[in-house]
Amino acid sequence: MTLSSPLPADDPAAASGSHHGHANHTLTGFVIFLLSESVIFLALFAGYAVFKMSSPVWLPAGVEGLEIREPLLNTVVLVSSSGVAWLAERCLKRQQLVGFRLWWLLTMAMGSFFVYGQAVEWLHLGFGLGDGIFGSTFYVLTGFHGLHVITGILLMGLMLQRSFRPGNYDQGETGVVAVSLFWHFVDVIWIVLFVLIYVWQRS
Amino acid sequence: MSSSVSFDPRVLKTPHPVPGAPDNWKRFFSFNTDAKVIGIQYIATALFYLLVGGVLAMIMRGELITPPADLVDPSVYNGLYTMHGTVMLFLFLFPILNGFNNLLIPPMIGAPDMAFPRLNAAAFWLFPVFGVILMASFLVPGGPSGSGWWAYPPQSIQNPLGHFVNGQFLWILAVALSGISSIMGAINFVTTIIRMRAPGMGWFRLPIFCWTAMAAQTIQLVGLPVLTAGAVLLLFDLSFSTSFYRPEGGGDPMLYQHFFWFYSHPAVYVMVLPVFGIFSELFPVYARKPLFGYKVVAIASFGITVLSLIVWVHHMFYSGTPQWMRNLFMVTTMLIAVPTGIKVFAWIATLWRGKLRLTTAMLFCLGGLVNFIFAGITGVMLATVPVDIHVGNTYFVVGHFHTVIFSTITFGVYAGIYHWFPKFTGRMTYEGLGKLHFALTFVGAQLNFIPMHWAGLMGMPRRVASYDPEFAFANVLASLGAFLLGVAMIPFILNIVSSWARGPKAPPNPWQAIGLEWLLPSPPPAENFEDDVPTVISGPYGYGLNKPLVENEAHYVARALEA
Repeated sequence: MTLSSPLPADDPAAASGSHHGHANHTLTGFVIFLLSESVIFLALFAGYAVFKMSSPVWLPAGVEGLEIREPLLNTVVLVSSSGVAWLAERCLKRQQLVGFRLWWLLTMAMGSFFVYGQAVEWLHLGFGLGDGIFGSTFYVLTGFHGLHVITGILLMGLMLQRSFRPGNYDQGETGVVAVSLFWHFVDVIWIVLFVLIYVWQRS
Repeated sequence: MSSSVSFDPRVLKTPHPVPGAPDNWKRFFSFNTDAKVIGIQYIATALFYLLVGGVLAMIMRGELITPPADLVDPSVYNGLYTMHGTVMLFLFLFPILNGFNNLLIPPMIGAPDMAFPRLNAAAFWLFPVFGVILMASFLVPGGPSGSGWWAYPPQSIQNPLGHFVNGQFLWILAVALSGISSIMGAINFVTTIIRMRAPGMGWFRLPIFCWTAMAAQTIQLVGLPVLTAGAVLLLFDLSFSTSFYRPEGGGDPMLYQHFFWFYSHPAVYVMVLPVFGIFSELFPVYARKPLFGYKVVAIASFGITVLSLIVWVHHMFYSGTPQWMRNLFMVTTMLIAVPTGIKVFAWIATLWRGKLRLTTAMLFCLGGLVNFIFAGITGVMLATVPVDIHVGNTYFVVGHFHTVIFSTITFGVYAGIYHWFPKFTGRMTYEGLGKLHFALTFVGAQLNFIPMHWAGLMGMPRRVASYDPEFAFANVLASLGAFLLGVAMIPFILNIVSSWARGPKAPPNPWQAIGLEWLLPSPPPAENFEDDVPTVISGPYGYGLNKPLVENEAHYVARALEA
């Protein structure tokens, strides 16, 4: 099994400007997609910040404030899963397919832990989607992010399944790089979201 | 061992029939990944919706020909203008320009296809889906949404009939889907231009159409996510009792206006930039002169992109915006006139002492340029806070944006259709019918939109089904103009259908234009240059300079003639 680096510089066809660098198209397109996605989150974050700063009382009546300990644990797990995904990617570059699969599975497990933690939190909160602007922004922001985490896990599953296909795993490698990028992106978004919603509770 | 990553050109070598050939019309009804087929699919579907939007406009102008609301009920009128605006923008102009991108970008840069052909097809097929969703709002209880194409809350989050599926719900769904489709398209176009240019085609050898397409699609990538997010929140407020835009729950309807205009003002540049590209391609061809100030024109496109993202608040001058913010956005809005003016002067300088050939395409370009200068002046007027507060909610604004969107953008679209029709169908259009189409359209547009400016300055409010009798004369003129525009569609449709079926065969380069697409046979084969991609050795628009565009140009010319 031969593996080649997906870095653009290693592909002379792409470097010379001909049409034959298909892996690079995928990554270029994917990065553009992520930039576009980050604008959605930016818009939602800006909306949240404006609401929070312009409301006379933040947190609706009857809500004590959000519990921070379990979300913090969740944050630690999600952020470290980025490192695990990086380890998986490194194994793949070194052609250690078994190592890749193990680290990749661990990343998926950590992502699933995060989703589980968030589901448990949602079930125990004392407010709902219809409880004023706080409920609306909280559930839409965390829900939209959670949707991204679930998408990331599904994409990782797809890449894992591809790694069991017989023959060359080159195409899968581009996919793995793209999915890792997506995963790091989802992590960075979560850090901002965590600070915005959980850390900055009272103004 | 990089060959394993690289793309195998043999994969594409399935024997495709030529896209434009008359015996292949069935291809246009299939899920096809060929950018040329997708381009024609976009254009044909968009022209169908131009007719739909046009019929809605005819009914409105029929209503407005007399002062009282006697033809349709005022609430029906609200539905009519909402659907007219939405159809014309989301189902006609954005898709038709995506059609141009699909047809033109790959051949212009010497690429076989788009970077992501399947994504491309998927983005196209969302278009008929959201078209049908939007049209379905005529059938649901309560009829289509009546809150205008801007769908401001609180009007747009009211649901008096209590039905879950109502006109507003379908409107939001359609707009969100159209946003997703356009983002998919934008990723594809930008990646294609960045990654797939022919050898030797550096950034400053890229045709202006590709520059403007890049600039426009960049706006899509930055702006559309915001509109889509805003529309989804609107959907939640309408259907799931959230409070984003409800003051009683702590929300703010102004947030929606920010989300909406952050995209929807730049959206006009998404539409007008490719048309600037079409002007920049066509003036040199029909004036037989190099494009004046090529580099400046190219860079000015991105100047417009950057400035367009910081002007949105000028739509909210009379929405309770603080004075300092109004002043700031007045200045940024006016600044757009600088890169735009640069382009206008570059076109005029290109035409200056040129040897003009007044083909139908050139006539539409010249007409569009004249109208655009007029619209640009009224645009700067509207950017000034005091004028805008005076006329912002009157027919002056309606007249202004129709001069931009119809008299400039749609003129450019027509020019592009007449110019590239021979290339992609292999048939020439009939010039006589084309010139009749131009004459009727030009006169109709002036008759329709100039009286609107006038009625607006006198104080006629917009979005109304009935008005004071003192505005009657201006409205009669405007309605006659609108009906003339309707009549103008007859020679156009006749021309397009009959030329495609039986028109004279087109040579590879009927206008003696310079550009990679004109080195291909008409219509081009499935993969454009296949594996014989030319090496570009000089910049575009070398009219009168006698410089070859590509290495071994005679070989490509001969091959195109043979095919």
